[in-house]
Amino acid sequence: MSHLVVSSDQAQSDAAYRKRLAARQRAETRFKAYGMAAILLAIAALVVLIGAIAVRGYSALLTTELALEISLERDVIDPDNTGKTEDLLQADYNSLVLASLMKLFPEVRSRSDRRAILKIVSPGAADALRNLVLADPSKIGKTVAVAVPASDDIDMLVKGHTRRDVPESDRRLSDKQLAWFDRLQAKGLVSTRFNSRFFTSGDSREPELAGIGASLAGSAFALLITLLLSFPLGVAAAIYLQEFAPKNRWTDLIEVNINNLAAVPSIVFGLLGLAVFLNFFGFPRSAPLVGGMVLALMTLPTVIIAARAAMLSVPPSIREAAVGLGASPLQVVIHHVLPLAMPGILTGSIIGMARALGETAPLLMIGMVAFVVDIPASPMDPATALPVQVYLWADSPERAFVEKTAAATLVLLVFLLAMNGLAIFLRKKFERRW
Amino acid sequence: MNALTLFTAIVLLSVAGFYVGRSRSLRVSGSAKELHSLPSYYGMYAALWAGIPAIVIFVLWFAMEPFLVRELVISALPSDKQALQPDRLGLLYNDIRNLAAGGAISTNADASMRGAADHYLALRSTGLWALAALALATGAAGLAFARSRIAPALRARPSVERVIKVLLILCSTLAVFVTIGIVLSLIFESIRFFEKVSIFEFLFGLHWSPQTALRADQVGSSGAFGAVPVFAGTLLITMIAMLVAAPVGLMSAIYMSEYATPRVRGFAKPVLEILAGIPTVVFGFFAALIVGPYIRRLGESLGLSVASESALAAGLVMGVMIIPFVSSLSDDVINAVPQTMRDGSYAMGATKSETVKKVIVPAALPGIVGALLLAVSRAIGETMIVVMAAGLAANLTANPFEAVTTVTVQIVTLLVGDQEFDSAKTLAAFALGLVLFCVTLVLNVVALRVVQKYREEYE
Repeated sequence: MSHLVVSSDQAQSDAAYRKRLAARQRAETRFKAYGMAAILLAIAALVVLIGAIAVRGYSALLTTELALEISLERDVIDPDNTGKTEDLLQADYNSLVLASLMKLFPEVRSRSDRRAILKIVSPGAADALRNLVLADPSKIGKTVAVAVPASDDIDMLVKGHTRRDVPESDRRLSDKQLAWFDRLQAKGLVSTRFNSRFFTSGDSREPELAGIGASLAGSAFALLITLLLSFPLGVAAAIYLQEFAPKNRWTDLIEVNINNLAAVPSIVFGLLGLAVFLNFFGFPRSAPLVGGMVLALMTLPTVIIAARAAMLSVPPSIREAAVGLGASPLQVVIHHVLPLAMPGILTGSIIGMARALGETAPLLMIGMVAFVVDIPASPMDPATALPVQVYLWADSPERAFVEKTAAATLVLLVFLLAMNGLAIFLRKKFERRW
Repeated sequence: MNALTLFTAIVLLSVAGFYVGRSRSLRVSGSAKELHSLPSYYGMYAALWAGIPAIVIFVLWFAMEPFLVRELVISALPSDKQALQPDRLGLLYNDIRNLAAGGAISTNADASMRGAADHYLALRSTGLWALAALALATGAAGLAFARSRIAPALRARPSVERVIKVLLILCSTLAVFVTIGIVLSLIFESIRFFEKVSIFEFLFGLHWSPQTALRADQVGSSGAFGAVPVFAGTLLITMIAMLVAAPVGLMSAIYMSEYATPRVRGFAKPVLEILAGIPTVVFGFFAALIVGPYIRRLGESLGLSVASESALAAGLVMGVMIIPFVSSLSDDVINAVPQTMRDGSYAMGATKSETVKKVIVPAALPGIVGALLLAVSRAIGETMIVVMAAGLAANLTANPFEAVTTVTVQIVTLLVGDQEFDSAKTLAAFALGLVLFCVTLVLNVVALRVVQKYREEYE
């Protein structure tokens, strides 16, 4: 009897145990699924982010052009036949473009029609004509075939971002303009080609003429200043802290300081630059020089921390061997430790520079947020940076600027990926396990 | 002639000094063997003597020049302008400088202003030429002195190494000076702000509308600087961001360190690194262009009224931005938990998830808390996402569907495009910056302490 009771107890506890085990295993699977979901969520976020921007931005690499026959009338360009540059500069090239369009569409007569048809062509067409005439004044009086940029509205239509089926009042292009454009297209005068202007020109109010050339140059200057300042200063600081500094309160303070600086919000560095570099020392506003200095202060802790870690990983035996051969402490570091640590230092510095390239907020504070048409020629000229250009364009209401913003973002991402890739390559190629 | 050319000239002089010193050392000794140090150290010796005094003069001049020129320009102004209040005088001087730079100014440029601007330009150019002469003469003198001292018995290497070591020390203290610079500049401008607006009104006031009247009789723009709505908005967005980043970041760290096969880790880790490397302006663009409108449409289809610049959109995207930050920091602390603790738990028959929940996370808790604190500090200081995707109006609300504003948004809107640094409006930005700096500093110090202490425990 008693035996039976025991076994039924055991059977019961066995069942309970199995149940508990199953529950535990279910919990295990669930937990693992949460972890996997978290990783997948992060990956999905990255894919959606880059995908959404790429889908919106790739079409900015193409531009729409109209092939027009334009007669460069002497009466319009240079009626007194002076041949002076300022006369050629001031001539009304728009009327030449209009005349050429009116030749294609003879029914265009009224004032409002003329204005409407001119909206098909970008204001950049007149600039293109002006440059053509200035480059070769002998063309005056002849008829030339020129490919002129289409206006942003037409460009959006060609790329399929503007829809024809919405009511006319909600469209930026009227039915008439659409009809004109269709006839141009039917004549084979509309073409699409690679948009090199996007990479070479400065900012513009006209989306079809705006480019990232000026902001790329601004970023390049700022980054150069950042590199020239933060790399030598950071490495020097790291050498002292890692190899020579005694362990005392002062060096502890420096260390805490560096770790804190690495976590200070970037906008605070912008406030520092504004208060100290601009207001106190009177540096020019909007200059990549100041931007580079602010970014250098921001990058400095990153460089120091990376350089210290790299020097720490060089084994003591190297130092001992050098000392044994009679090298002075400084010679040990400069001739042996530093070269061996260099790949690690470079990797850290490149990652720091990549972060500086993508940084926007401190540059807003020191006025590198400006409408810059001309490509800056020196670090003292007013400029913007690539991420600031993204910020500026993101504010523009025109549909065509969305495409530009996304494309500028893509260019920024390509640069960052290239820099990070270089860092990873350096790490893989030169990393040594001691 | 500008500062950059002068600096280049000094550097060139120093480089020339190197070659002079090296060849001199070889000439005064018969062969390199008789020298105390290697010839290049004699070169360095001469280069340092040529370069350092000149650069010291150069730096000193640029630290003093603004004040000197200012004093001289102001003392040459007509007496009625000299008698102005200090802050008005500051504005006037700014105008003179802008006039000299060819920019637009706020007051009419009369003859005396133009004269002052010309005076300013003349002073600066004379000053630069005088500096050039002085610095280069000092450099040449230093070079000549070093050259005369070079002899086989001169202990060039120890002297050079001493100087280099001092330079290294100076570089390492730069970080401290940067911090001091931040603190001083923020405090200095904030004090000027608190002279206009009381500190209690700023910290505890419930109304934020930072416009100042252009004319005294203007209605409705007296300006209110109660920053509580701004702080509340920052807190709301930070909270939303942490609600996304903390669980996702932590779980992905746990999965990567405890479950993932090397292949999965080899794929997921770079992805997270790429996510960490994306600039915040890109996240901001993404939030403003895609997430904001999407959430708005979603809310409308559910019958909710959602602002297109809702706190939710900015917070969600910020959370995604912080995920890699949380996960890489937690990954470090989880990996620092000794393997023996895991083995002990498995030996007791615990499953992996039980080990994680009952052993690893409790053991790593201080480190995880530190990581989360650092993430909070990062979220509070984040600027571009909120500037592009959050609102400008300061609403005191806890509703994530409404638009709120943050400290960083206000700093940017108050300062961008404004060149006048005497109104309460622009100074308020520095007061907000001071609050931001103090809060993030406290968070960072606490977090770093916690993480460090924890690390020592297991090492």
